[in-house]
Amino acid sequence: MDAVKVIEIKKSVFADNDEDAAKLRKELKQKGVYLLNLMSSPGSGKTTTLIRLINLLKDRIRIAVMEADIDSDVDAVKIREATGIPSIQLHTGGMCHLDAEMTRQGLDNVPLDGVDLVILENVGNLVCPAEFDTGAVRNAMILSVPEGHDKPLKYPLMFSICDMVVINKMDVAPYFDFDLEKCREYVRLRNPRAKVLPICAKTGEGVEALADWLLGEVRAWKE
Amino acid sequence: MHELGIVFYIIRDVKKAAEENGVSHVSTVVMNIGEVSTVIPEYLTDCWRWAADKEDLLRDCELRCDIIPAVTRCEDCGKEYGTVAHGKVCPHCGSENTFLLRGNEVEIKEIVVNS
Repeated sequence: MDAVKVIEIKKSVFADNDEDAAKLRKELKQKGVYLLNLMSSPGSGKTTTLIRLINLLKDRIRIAVMEADIDSDVDAVKIREATGIPSIQLHTGGMCHLDAEMTRQGLDNVPLDGVDLVILENVGNLVCPAEFDTGAVRNAMILSVPEGHDKPLKYPLMFSICDMVVINKMDVAPYFDFDLEKCREYVRLRNPRAKVLPICAKTGEGVEALADWLLGEVRAWKE
Repeated sequence: MHELGIVFYIIRDVKKAAEENGVSHVSTVVMNIGEVSTVIPEYLTDCWRWAADKEDLLRDCELRCDIIPAVTRCEDCGKEYGTVAHGKVCPHCGSENTFLLRGNEVEIKEIVVNS
């Protein structure tokens, strides 16, 4: 009979991804390209927010967008038609998130020459994308009013890794029992460094503040 | 659903370890799964069966999940408590100034091979 042998590995499953992500971030720094990883639930208004944001920024910096979804290219087409900037669609093949290697493969298809900012619109999901470092400089997420102010309590990891929490659909706040102050408090509990910014992508309210934040981020990264 | 992605990571790491050790078949992969790691062991083993059987190295290989209980420590009173039962608030002193000590692991502990 064959002898049975145990080989000890004792290694986090995420270790390789963390290494890939750190390497990608370093390369982006050398190229002067800022990568933003934007996450949220499905239907929170990521694409609408992006269109507003890009139209405010596109004359000041050069932007490209990568849309990640399980299927279809509706978001990439929508962004391209509404903003005129290059936008590519990544398919995750059934996976609920992007990892650093997938992000790198996506970036290989983006003409990066002269581009200052790449926005990665991650798969709509508050759980899995938070587990995988994509190599982005910063993580941002959008929480929309109908989802409720308790989400930072229910999805702790997502809120603890985001530097910017955008609260969208503020125009409908009176119709939902959404408590902005409670939401701020819950975000702070998860991540005291996170900024909370209420906006309405439909009317454009607050989007300028988001654009200013991002512009400051991109400029600081290129220094 | 992220369990499938994690399974692909496990397969990649186990393949690497098998290659380094000149192993041609792995019979068991033992995982340490933290109680609050957001990984559901049953989903992980289901995804594992589907993906592992596509590899000669891992055909019929069992994935075993050892669960690591989640423990949180309170910075204010210094006591430890079960994270699942009490969450972020210390049951001893009521402080929210607490941090997770363990229970977030998703790691490959060891592999069992026939040599």
